[in-house]
This record gives sequence, C-alpha cells and structure tokens, in this order.
Amino acid sequence: MFRYYLRLGLLSIRANPALSALMVAAIAIGIGACMTIVNVRHVMSDNPISHKNDVLFHVQVDNWSPDEPYEDPNEPPEQMTYLDAKALHDAGRAYRQVASFKSGRVVQPAGDDARPFQETVRATTADFFAMFDVPFAFGSGWDQASDLSEERVVVLSSSINEELFGGKDSVGELLRMNDETYRVVGVLAPWTPVPKFYDVNNNPFEEPERIYLPFSLAISGEFGSGGNTSCWKPSGEGGYAAFLASECIWMQMWVELRNDAERQDYAEFLDAYVSEQKLLGRFPRELNNRLSTPAQWLENRDVVDDNVNMLLSLAVLFLIVCLLNTIGLLLAKVMRRTNDISLRRALGASKSALFSQYIIEAGLIGLAGGLLGIGLTWLGLQGIENIYAEYDFIKNLLRMDWSMIFVAVALAIVSALGAALYPTWRACSISPAATLRIQ
Amino acid sequence: MLKMKSVSKTYRTDMVETHALREFSLTVDEGEFVSVTGPSGSGKTTFLNIAGMLEELTSGTYELDGRDISSLNDRERSKVRNEKIGFIFQSFNLIPELDVFDNVDVPLRYRGFNADERKRRIEKCLDMVGLTSRMKHYPGQLSGGQQQRVAIARALAGEPRFLLADEPTGNLDTNMAESVLDLLAEINDGGTTIIMVTHELTLANRAKRNIFVRDGQVSDGPPELHFAAAANA
Repeated sequence: MFRYYLRLGLLSIRANPALSALMVAAIAIGIGACMTIVNVRHVMSDNPISHKNDVLFHVQVDNWSPDEPYEDPNEPPEQMTYLDAKALHDAGRAYRQVASFKSGRVVQPAGDDARPFQETVRATTADFFAMFDVPFAFGSGWDQASDLSEERVVVLSSSINEELFGGKDSVGELLRMNDETYRVVGVLAPWTPVPKFYDVNNNPFEEPERIYLPFSLAISGEFGSGGNTSCWKPSGEGGYAAFLASECIWMQMWVELRNDAERQDYAEFLDAYVSEQKLLGRFPRELNNRLSTPAQWLENRDVVDDNVNMLLSLAVLFLIVCLLNTIGLLLAKVMRRTNDISLRRALGASKSALFSQYIIEAGLIGLAGGLLGIGLTWLGLQGIENIYAEYDFIKNLLRMDWSMIFVAVALAIVSALGAALYPTWRACSISPAATLRIQ
Repeated sequence: MLKMKSVSKTYRTDMVETHALREFSLTVDEGEFVSVTGPSGSGKTTFLNIAGMLEELTSGTYELDGRDISSLNDRERSKVRNEKIGFIFQSFNLIPELDVFDNVDVPLRYRGFNADERKRRIEKCLDMVGLTSRMKHYPGQLSGGQQQRVAIARALAGEPRFLLADEPTGNLDTNMAESVLDLLAEINDGGTTIIMVTHELTLANRAKRNIFVRDGQVSDGPPELHFAAAANA
C-alpha cells in the first residue's frame, strides 16, 4: 500500500498545484531560515578532532593573582606562561605534548617582482602534527632533534605553498622570512579545522596559520606573541628575557594521554609541578589544574556565540510560524477533499488507512519542502557571506556538509508530518454519510 | 441476510433533536431487490447509511449475515463494508484524478488483492458494464450514464453480497436510467442483493419488493399505495 499511497500523494499534489506549492514554500522558507542558522551553529560547535577526543587534553595551571581568579567563579587562565609551557613540555611526561603560540613574520618571496607580506605563523613543538592528525601533502613535520637544535625549518600550508611555489612539492626549497632563511620540510594537505580547536583564544574561526616552525627557534629568535597576552602583574624590565620569565600567559599547551592511567599520572605530575613551583614563590592560588578534552575545552570557552543561540531561537520560532501556516493550508486541502475521503471510507478504507495515505502525502510535501529548503539554506549562507565579506574567517562558518543536508530534509519531513497530524485527524474524523449525502 | 430490529437514529444538536429513524425494523433476504421509497426527510437515506455502516445507530440491533455489526470497531466495520457492501451514489462519486481503471481499483486496494487479481476483477466488471474500451479515460471524459456504469463496476469489483444504491438514476436522463436499471436487474439476477432508494414510482416498480419509509418508520406494500397515501397526506 505504501507505493499506492505515494502515487495518491503525487496525484493529489498535482491536482492542487497552487495549494501544494504554497505548503512546500512555507516549509522550505521555514527550513531555509532555520537551517541557515543551524548550519552556522553546527560548524561553530563542531569538534574537528572528535576522533581523538578521549586522548587529547588541554592543560591549564592556575598561576593567576592571589587576589582574584582569572575568571569567575574560579577558572584558571586559559593560556600558559612560557615558563610553565617550556617546563611541562620538556618534562615529557605525556605520550605526546605540544607547546605553541601564534606569532608573525614577514615573508620575502623569491623573485624580483614579488613583494614581502606579513604572515601569521605558529611556533610549535614537533608533536603538533602527529598529535592533531595534521595531513601532509609532501614531506613531514620536523623531529624533536630539530626542536632541540633550533633548526631553521618550516612546514607550509597548502595555500601558501600554492602562492610561493605554485603548489609543487617544495620540500627542500628555501623560504626567507625577516631576512632569515628557512628550509621547507613539509607541505600540508588542505587543513582547516573549524573551530581552530588548538587555539580558541585567538578567534577560533579564523584560518589556521599558514607557516609552522619550531618553538625553540621562535623563542631564541625572540618572536613576539601574535595572539592574546594577559598578565596579572608587570613583566618587569629586561626585554624579551623578562617577558619569558614573567607570569604573562600567551601559550597553548596540549598533551596526548592514551588511557586513564596516563591521565591520572599526568594529573599527579601537574599537581607536583605546581607544588614545586609554589616553593619557589609562584602559584599563589590553591591548586587548580585542569585537563580538558577538546569538547570540554570548546564548551568551556563558549566558542558558540550567545547571539547565534538567540538567532537560532528566532529561526526555530520562524519555522514554527511557517508550520502553523502549513497546518492551515493542509486543513484547507482536507476540507476540499472531504468527498474523496468520505468515498474512500464508504469503499472500505479504515481510519488508519486514510491516516497513512494523508501522512505519506504530507511526507512528500515535507520532502519537497526540505529539498527546496536546502537551496534556500545555501542562499542564506551565501547572503551571510556577502554581508560579512570583509571578515575572512566568516567563510569558514558557512560550510554545508552532508549531515546538515540530511538534517534539513529530515527536519522538513518531520515538521510536515507534525503539521499534518491535526488536519489528518480531521480528515479521518469526517463523517462519510454527512458528506456523501450532500453530493 | 440484513436484519434491523427496532433501530433508532437520532441526530442531536445543542438546540434540536431529530429522530431520523424510529423503531425501524426490516429484514432483507439474500437475493432480494428492494426499493425504498418515501417522502423527502422520511429517513430513506439514513436507513441506507446505517445499512452501509456509514453511520452508527442510536439504539436497536443490526445484523449483517448473522453478525451484530454494532459491536465492531472501525477497522472491522471498514473490512465488512469493503467485503460485503457495494455503494452506488446518485452523483456517481468517481475520483476525478483517477482513470476508470483506477477508480474501479479503489475498493480492491483496501481489500489487499495482488495486482493480477485486481486486474482480473476490474476487467471483468468493466466488461460487464460495457466500458472495457474506456479503461484509460478519466471521469470528465465520460457521459453521466457511463460514469454511473463505472460506479457500478466499482461497486461490483469486490463481489459484494449487498449493493446499496441511493437514487442511482437521479442524475440520468430516461434512456440512461433505463439502461442502468437493466444492469441492476441483471446483477440481481446473478444473486446480489440490492437495496435501492428512489423517489420515482416507475423505478420502484422495477424492484421485486417495495418498502415505504415515513417518519422514520417502515411499511411493506405496493409503492402506488404509499405514493397515493403520501400525496393525500
């Protein structure tokens, strides 16, 4: 009977094209508006490293002021001092550990006509690439020996490799930045984690850095922080060395711990480290160390803007209004078809058979509304991109993946079925005798 | 056999209570061709609706083939209606977006027959009413008489025991009405019980038995008697 009901549904839609088109449009507009925001929120709240969520941990230690917490109620700082990042990294107590920070360099492309340009870079330790499953097109990252020897090497993103070397395998090529020469050891495949989970303190939706170089090299080269830096007391005189020795936080620290035992050991190690530092006069606050999974960390940092949640609420309300209109249109359609309904009852259709017929028809309308809604969602995303064209990062929020397409269609069908419940119930409640008598 | 005993049907609104049938008792045996006549508002159509289980009775008992149908739930009533009863309406009630084949197919779909069986029955019934050649036509492409023949084919497709006809010739001219009545008589000769509501004496006379409904109650007898009584009332 399912195929029969499908056919009846298609015939009914064809027999009432205007009414059906209005219903499809009402659902599509509601779905389009709703899914545009849902899609943005989906991308914002995504966890691009979810497959390693159980083993990756963002590390926090509370070196903040004794007088007030970093954030209420008692949040430790979101970043780390150089002192702590260096010490924790060099201790090597985790299976993998990464200390990194955002900085900037002036790239000097080869060729007489090429102009230098400012570029953000990430100074990081060797485990960064393996820990975060960063994909390589050519070559690889550097090893820990390069970290120790402050080797002048870089890894390029695919986009800057395209700009500087035409997209070829540039491993072994030389790159000049700030009048210093670096050797390319690896080129990444396209990689745009959104949000940029490994550093959500500096706009989590901007593009990842396009150049990666060893942490130790950046420190010896006195690279400044290109991201947020917070201090609870002055760093004092003494230039870069004093800044490194200060309580200013500007680095991100991540570790990979493969099981509960490793996690427990590392937590104890952190406690011991902070206790030891307390003896040296640092860490005036109580022990307040944190190990957060990527999901916990993204949640903790409120990566999804409150305005997006408010917009989502409005979009859902708009969808509900569209569905109320659909209910009205479906009711009108049912009222126009009382003769058909009564006749089918007289010919042996039970209420449940009629219910199935009308629900399947509503599902077809929902499917059409969902497909059209996907198109409107795409238009909505394009509209947002055009409105905020001056923000480079915005395009990273406007992707539509298969899961969202599936959600759009499923939501449209479920919405249409929900909207159809009352009109269908009314259809099934029509007294065939009353209607057929009138004919 | 159709057996109604002391059946009453009352329509209630907030203000008014209307007794459409009062203590209505009737037995129709297998193979009968019964005409039901009576003045407007006498309860003829209400009787037919209750007989066809399109309406529930207020009180009394109704047995169809020995089964008390007042205790059946909606699914069971629908099943009985589908298997045992065929309807013919004054205004044909064909579904305009379905062609002749698919219109006749409607009750068979609810019966759950496979495609081959449905096709066999549809073709047989359309052959009986002489419309095999119009199988792919839509109702709008047929004359009134042809549409009523399609409706009869639809009513017969499920091979029902009872055919309930409500003014089946009301929308037809005399010639077409005659041919439809000939067809009904032929169907009755094949053993199908027919109950036909009509307000026309000539048509009522084509039935083998006549009952007259007045004020929701029934009486047997020649229709002329009742028509005359009604006219003098």
